[in-house]
Amino acid sequence: MKKYSLNVLLVLFAVGLLFAAHYRVIDSYIQIVAMTIGINIMMSTSLNLVNGNMGEFTCGHAAFMCVGAYVSSILSVLCFGSKFGDPLLPAASVVLVFPLILLIGGVVAAVSSLLVSVPSFKTRDDYLAIISIAVNYMIISALENMDFIGGSRGFQGMKDTVWSMIDIFDGPWMLFWVITFTFFTIWVIRRFISSTYGKGVNAICQDEVAAEIMSVNTNKIKIINFMVAAGLAGCAGGLYAHIIGYVNPQSFNILKSTEAMVMVYLGGMGSLSGAVISAILFTCLLEVLRSQAIVDALLSPVTLMFPDWEPSAGVIKWVMIPLLLVIVMQFRPEGIMGNRELSDVFPWLKKFYRFK
Amino acid sequence: MQTQVQTETTPVLEIRKLTQRFGGLTAVNDFNVRLMPGELTGLIGPNGAGKTTVFNLVSGFYQPTEGEILVDGVPTAGLRPHKVTALGAARTFQNIRLWNDMTVLDNIRVAQHYQLGYGFFHSVVRSKRYKEREAEIAKEASELLEVFDLQRYAEELPKNLPYGTQRKLEIARALSSHPKLLLLDEPAAGLNSSDVLELIRLVRWIHEKFDVTIWMIEHHMDVMMELATQIKVIDFGETIAEGTPDHIRNHPAVITAYLGDDNI
Repeated sequence: MKKYSLNVLLVLFAVGLLFAAHYRVIDSYIQIVAMTIGINIMMSTSLNLVNGNMGEFTCGHAAFMCVGAYVSSILSVLCFGSKFGDPLLPAASVVLVFPLILLIGGVVAAVSSLLVSVPSFKTRDDYLAIISIAVNYMIISALENMDFIGGSRGFQGMKDTVWSMIDIFDGPWMLFWVITFTFFTIWVIRRFISSTYGKGVNAICQDEVAAEIMSVNTNKIKIINFMVAAGLAGCAGGLYAHIIGYVNPQSFNILKSTEAMVMVYLGGMGSLSGAVISAILFTCLLEVLRSQAIVDALLSPVTLMFPDWEPSAGVIKWVMIPLLLVIVMQFRPEGIMGNRELSDVFPWLKKFYRFK
Repeated sequence: MQTQVQTETTPVLEIRKLTQRFGGLTAVNDFNVRLMPGELTGLIGPNGAGKTTVFNLVSGFYQPTEGEILVDGVPTAGLRPHKVTALGAARTFQNIRLWNDMTVLDNIRVAQHYQLGYGFFHSVVRSKRYKEREAEIAKEASELLEVFDLQRYAEELPKNLPYGTQRKLEIARALSSHPKLLLLDEPAAGLNSSDVLELIRLVRWIHEKFDVTIWMIEHHMDVMMELATQIKVIDFGETIAEGTPDHIRNHPAVITAYLGDDNI
């Protein structure tokens, strides 16, 4: 029973968060931060499957998020919105249909990952990185040139779906879905990666030739692994689209992919708990650096020397975060956790949860 | 019954007229071999003679330019290495290729992929089949470790083991797929003399215990003379001699090609 105490604790925390949000104990800003943390956890843990566990080097993870965001947005507008004519489904079914919409977005994103996984049969490392960047650009450019979904102006109307959920019950619905899907992501990844089947992914990372000769169907495992990673990123994209209520191809460009990579390398390659921790830290750091007062305080020694310079938080953020990455790579290149899980660092945690 | 009779008569490995060219270089030329069940055969030759190329061809890393390879009577043309392994041909490598960041037990477990019997969805929902198969795999893996006396290293990482033990583990891993044919590529490379003696014992013991046909590349002549019943010698991709160890030892072509013109 004790082994499940961490699960129970997490569920209690999630329920507590939902109640706090419902009774306005935490304001909508905190809610947005919490949802961003959830989405970032989904992005970093799913990218960790490819870049950490499989040891490939891909830098186009936002492309799959983009596919998921667009597919689920279009479906959601078709089903519950009025943009493309009358809604296809009655508004009462929204609570059941919405997770399906997100999952379909994930499935389409998973299929789109074939664009990277098929070339990965023969290419590795830098060459695969270039392919993944190219795929990122391909998907963004394709969407920018589709005028019927707004092209580069972006696409909106997903808020109708969220409103119909609120019509049924006035509560923090998006927070609920983000929490559910974050748990779902970690659940899927942990179970996949700890099975003998999923350990084939680690075998590919450590010695692909040996994996192939020891009867691991490397091509199939690569496809599956890319599909799981891209599918979960697609779900994250769908959630993101419905929280913001607006998607634009450029919000999934290389900068977004880099964010996911920073989280993976910060957390430690191949460490699931590391990816979760770094996603939380990274999101909080981004929020802290958004405050002009804190940025001014941090930069006060510099601004004293250059009184004419008035740094803006939005710009400085993107100096600070890459700098953080430089520092981490210099002094702790294996990331916060290395390839270890929390239970390897704190063995007493094993009593409360099975990490592997 | 009939199939059993058939497997007893078909050679475990049959290579017919195998030729492999890399551009202008002929690495293997008109190579033939027939290994019957239970044989322990050697393959020797000077550096660059094409020994490892033959192994790479058998295990499916290269597709032969000409000729045919049959593992247990099944042609391997067009099969990827993992399929060839599933047919029953396992191998080890000249330089040890273990998965160094996975525990010893996991190294053995992952080698069961050929008969996993479940896929991604089973692993996520932890279905009944998943649980049964995982239990069987774990049991089989720890039994194998016990047989090889590696049980106490089960949770260790292979990179922390002594070199000789790593060799042993690699052979154990190859055997975990229940092969009919085991290809050993220079198992004694990098071992000291006491490890070599242990290796000779180990190979002989495996040969009897696991009822496996062994084909071995080796530079240590004492290992070869001690173990092999038949030896094939190749040089520049051509077979120059074959026969019993004693026959090979005194064969003039072998002495010239492999051991040099001087006395041994």
